[in-house]
This record gives sequence, structure tokens and C-alpha cells, in this order.
Amino acid sequence: MTWFESPADADKQLAAVGYLSDTATSTTTFLAGALEKPLLVEGPAGVGKTELAKAIARATGADLVRLQCYEGLDEARALYEWNYKKQLLRIQAAGDQSWDETHDDIFTDEFLLTRPLLTAIRREEPTVLLIDEVDKTDVEVEGLLLEILSDFQVTIPEMGTISAVRRPLVVLTSNATRELSEAIKRRCLFLHIDYPDSGREREIVVSQVPEIEEQLAGQVVEVVAKLRGMDLRKAPSIAETIDWARTLVALGTGTLDGAAIDQTLGVVLKHASDHDRAVRELRLRST
Amino acid sequence: MSLLDRHIEFVEALRDAGLPVSLAEGLEAVRAIDALGMAQRETLRAAYAATLLKRQNHRAGFDQVFDLYFPRLVGDGARGRGVETLADSRSSTDVAGDGPGALADFREALTTAMAMGDPDAMLVLAREGVARFGLIRGRGPGEQRWSSYNVMNRVSPDELVDRALQGLGADTGEDPSLRRLVEARARAFERMVDAEVRRRAAEVRGPQHVARHTIRPAIEQVDFTSARKADLELMRREIQPLARRLATRLSREQHARSRGPLDFRRTVRASMSSGGVPMETRHKPRRPGRTDLVVLCDVSGSVANFASFTLMLVFALREQFNRVRAFTFVDEIHEVTDRFEPGADPARTMTELAASARHASLWGRTNYGRAFTRFADQHADALTPRTNLLVLGDARSNHTDLAVPVVKNLVYAARHSWWLNPEHARNWNTGDSAAREYGRLIPMVECRNLTQLGEFVHDLA
Repeated sequence: MTWFESPADADKQLAAVGYLSDTATSTTTFLAGALEKPLLVEGPAGVGKTELAKAIARATGADLVRLQCYEGLDEARALYEWNYKKQLLRIQAAGDQSWDETHDDIFTDEFLLTRPLLTAIRREEPTVLLIDEVDKTDVEVEGLLLEILSDFQVTIPEMGTISAVRRPLVVLTSNATRELSEAIKRRCLFLHIDYPDSGREREIVVSQVPEIEEQLAGQVVEVVAKLRGMDLRKAPSIAETIDWARTLVALGTGTLDGAAIDQTLGVVLKHASDHDRAVRELRLRST
Repeated sequence: MSLLDRHIEFVEALRDAGLPVSLAEGLEAVRAIDALGMAQRETLRAAYAATLLKRQNHRAGFDQVFDLYFPRLVGDGARGRGVETLADSRSSTDVAGDGPGALADFREALTTAMAMGDPDAMLVLAREGVARFGLIRGRGPGEQRWSSYNVMNRVSPDELVDRALQGLGADTGEDPSLRRLVEARARAFERMVDAEVRRRAAEVRGPQHVARHTIRPAIEQVDFTSARKADLELMRREIQPLARRLATRLSREQHARSRGPLDFRRTVRASMSSGGVPMETRHKPRRPGRTDLVVLCDVSGSVANFASFTLMLVFALREQFNRVRAFTFVDEIHEVTDRFEPGADPARTMTELAASARHASLWGRTNYGRAFTRFADQHADALTPRTNLLVLGDARSNHTDLAVPVVKNLVYAARHSWWLNPEHARNWNTGDSAAREYGRLIPMVECRNLTQLGEFVHDLA
């Protein structure tokens, strides 16, 4: 299966499911499908990295298999596990069956618990495999990913090597809290998603919050652009812009003036020092 | 030149610019281009970026090299589509002129573009600006040279910021964030002009030559001492992410060796259940060994930036240390520990630090010997057998007395001591540098850029 016909096609299909991408994003997405290489997406929190994977799945009608990474994630949670209890029952129920037969019996598919990585590889339908926040895992898990990302196969000692029936489209996301190993990076296409320009952000806001008026959307995006120009600890990202727009719509705010900004600034800025700074620089309060 | 040659030269230029591009990645790029075609420049850029880049902070260098090898247009370009539209809208002045009238018109157009924040218009203007005002005169037709200095000198976009603000209907100085936005656009214009000049130069002298001489390394490789103002800004923004990465790495490593020494009593007791055979060993929890840190920073002249970056990084990682005290000096010692509050604004901290240099200087000439003596007099209690001493500076003491015995005592009082020197090791011991004398007492470490700084602080914690 070809995932997308061309970058323009990727752009159109993603837009149809509500993900407005830019040239780099749609080109790289197309390449990930065409070259069958995993896609490593980096960028600040809340710019739509995870959303990209979901949108690809929606646009192509593929199913999404998600592996959420965390510290301490291991093989048994990511790849596969043997169902010990069931195996034990099988042995007890064997009766006078010879050990050789039982032994062959208990290491079969029936006793295998597949975890996201193996599930994604064994599926016959088109699949998008999302490995979320891969930078949170330990270095050992990266090693585990290498075989899957380069050859799309998993080796289980008792059963042999399982190759992908149909290669899934793999999307890895990372917040860059730690450097991923060169080996992982080499196997992936790299895409950095940054804050969008104001035109695109406005389109995103309008498409995500359809109830908002054009003028208010413009004002929101403008103020967010100003905030990003300030030297903040955490600049607001698209997710925060959308939250803000939703908040303003819910409050029934017509125009975004100083008082309205002051009341709702907590939605956009999550640090006290950032808050102070924004109030000072936007001259919200006459102090 | 065939396309393949260009590709290979491009990849080589990237390697020269410090991007690690492997053979496999080059092949992958060719495959990607094969799948995409070369019809559009931005798709080509995206294809190369997806396959060759691995780190976002290499992006700036990548874009510069890409612009050199795959320029947007050749020479003055085909004056027709797109380019003309703006010239038309500006009441059709003579396009090639560079007289005062043309300049005024040009600045007018730039003011509008900056006020509107229209990147396309600014790009066209940058191109026009270089073509009109950037030419270095007095050379033969085959040896044309352009200079961004010429353009900036005549157009001076900084002066236009106020006008653009007025055009936006803003009271000047009313809204600092709006001003910053427009100033950022002026910076963007400057970068466009730089890129345009590089493109022109690449046409005359070949992209290889230009790439080798003008591409700046990634920000964490830039030397503290040779950093420009814009670089410092970028570096300051890099401190927090760097601190976060280091903290993650450190906590991970501490987890990995969390098993302490054998707990004999509990091991024996646990062995009771297995008939006295110690099947499983028990361990004492490891004590988290956090160190005290005293930092002495030379804040004179160019070393000041280095000192404040290091201080900010150390304080950003304060959880990794037990207690940190920081002192600045030029020829007098001054404590600055209280300037670093958790969650404080890094920009303001920088300014306050710069201001504190006043307190640290009596005559304004660096005098390491005097500073060390004063420190020993006033803050001798800061150093305990559990304290690590960190000295930051270039060890250039204006040929004054080095107070070697005092330093010897300080080193003796502290647990460990290090000296971080922001100069290249080959410049140590030249001129008035006392690197050798101090280096005998305190191990001196070269620390020129953010990468080296990060590594050092990691090993320290």
C-alpha cells in the first residue's frame, strides 16, 4: 500500500481530517510512507507531534497502535510476554502427555501476550505505530527498538523471528529531554515541528474552535505571537492557543482587551515568573 | 556539473560545517529525492532536512549551506513573476537606481513590510536591497562583490523600527512586546540580506569557498569569548534545556547505581527462610552524596559572559548540589548567591549580574591575587572539607601579584578544586596569563563552549 501519493496529497488528506500541516511536515510524512522509514518528530510540548500520528491514521484509514514510553518501560511491556499462568495450567492439565509434547505446546501463539510493538508488526491491516515520548525510556529500550525500526522484525527465542506482514508506518515523538542514540536517529527521518507562523496558527484555531469569531481568533494569535517573542520559561504552544480560544468562547468574550487577557492569562502561561513578565510587558495592570 | 556532483559537494559542505552526515544518510537522501522529484525547492529542502538532519540546532547551518548550493535564483533573477509585483506597487521607481530618492522609497517599502510582517515582501526587498546598495564599487565587472555592511549602513533597518511602530498606530515605547516583534522582523531582514550576499558571493567564488568561510558552527560549539550579541541571546536560551537534559541524565545515572554496600545483618536474616543459604543479598540504601559548591567568577570584560552562563547552569541544577555559593570578582570580592532565586527570570538575572560587577571592582583592573586575598579574609568560612571550589576565569591578572600562598591555602581548605578557563588551551601562558602558576595549584580545564561546559558540570554533580 502506498500511504500518500505525493506531498501535496499528504497535505490535502491531513487537512481533511483537521490537521493543517506545513511543507516540511507534509513532505516528510510523505517520505516516511514512500521510503517505509520511521519518522522521528521533535519539538516543544504541545505543537501537535502526537496529533500528527493520529491524523495520519485517520487520514489513511489505518489503525493506531500506541506505545506510551515511560521510565522503566521494559520488554515485557513493550514487546511481548509469555502468559505464565496459562502455561502453568496447561502443564497441570497435561496429565500423562509426554513432556516433549507439552513443551512444544506451551510456547505457541496461544500463550503469547503481544504488546504494542509486536501487535503492530503482526497486523495485516494498515497500521500506524506511535511510539510516544521515546526520550523518556531507558537506553536499553532503544536497543530493543533498533531491530524493529530497521527491519520490522522481532526475534522471540522460543518461536523464531517474526517479520512484519505489512510494514506499519512508525512515528516516534520526542521532547528532547535527552539525546537519543545515533543508532536510532540514523534509522529515522527527522522532523522538527516548531510554533507555526501566525497565518497558519489562525487557520488552526479557526478549524479547531469553529465557534470563534475571525476577529477574536486573529487577536488571540497576535497576543500569543507577542508572548512567544518574550523571553519566557515556557512559551505558549498551539495546544495552549487553542485552549485559550476555547476559554474565551466559553466566557463569551467578544474582544480581547487588557482586562480579558489578564483574567485568562493562566490558560496560556503556566509559570508564575512568566505570568509576571507578561503582565509587565503587555502593561496589563497600571502599576 | 551533474546533479550527483552537486549532491556530493553539498553533503561534503555539510560535513565541513560540522553536521555529522553518514554515507547511509546520503544514500537515503538520494532515495528521498528520487521519490519526490526536484520540481520544488522547498520540497527538496524538506527531503534533505528529513534525511540528513538529526538535531534541530544544526538547522541554521543546514539552511545556510542549502541556500548556497541550491540558490533561490541566479544573478538578478528573472525579473518577471513575483519580483515585479512589489516594484509595481511602489509607484514604479527606477529599479536599478541607488540614489537618495531610490533609497527613501526603498526604506518606505521596507517600513511597510516590517509593520505588516510580510516575509515574502521582505525577502524581495532584501534581494533588491543587495542588488542596489550592496555592491562594492571600484572593481571590474568579473569581480563583483557585495557587502551586507553596505546595505545595513544605508538602509539601517533599526531606525525604521520606530517608523514601522508609528505606522501600526502604536504609541512609541508603549508596548514593549510589539516593539520586540518589529525588532525581530528587522533582525530577520538582516539575516535575509546576509543570506542574499552569501548567495551572490557563491555565484562568483563558488559555494565551497563561501561555505567554508561564512557558515557559523552550531550554537553549543561557539566559543564564549568570540560570541556575538545574537549568539549570547541564543546561548542563554540554550541554558535551561541543557540543564534539563543534564538533570535527566544525572538522575538516571544515580538510579542505575542506587544499590549500596552489602547489608550483612539483613542478608543473614533473609537467609533463614532458605535454610541458612544466602540466596538473595540485601543492600543498604546508598546515601545521595551531594556536594557543596563555592564558585568564584571573574566578571571582567569578555570573561563575564562565560561566568554568568556557568553560574546560571550551576544554579539551574541546584537540586544536584547541597549548597551553592557564588562570588564575583574583578579586584574586589562580592557575593551574588541571592541573585539566583528559583524560577527567576534568566534575562533579569543576567542584567543583575552585570550590574553586580560594579561592586566587584575597585579600580576596574582584574587582579586575581587581590581577589583571592580578599576572599580568604572575608569569606574563609565558606570553604569546608566538604566544599568543592570552582574558579572561573582566564587567569589574566595584569601582571600583578598572584598571591600563590593564599590560593594554596584555599585549595587546602576545600575538598576538590577546579579552574575553568574559557580560552583555548594554546593561548594559556601567553601574555599576562598566569595559567601555569595557578594550574600547578588547581587543575585547569578548558571550557570554551556550551558542550564542554555541560560535560564538566555533569561530571561535577
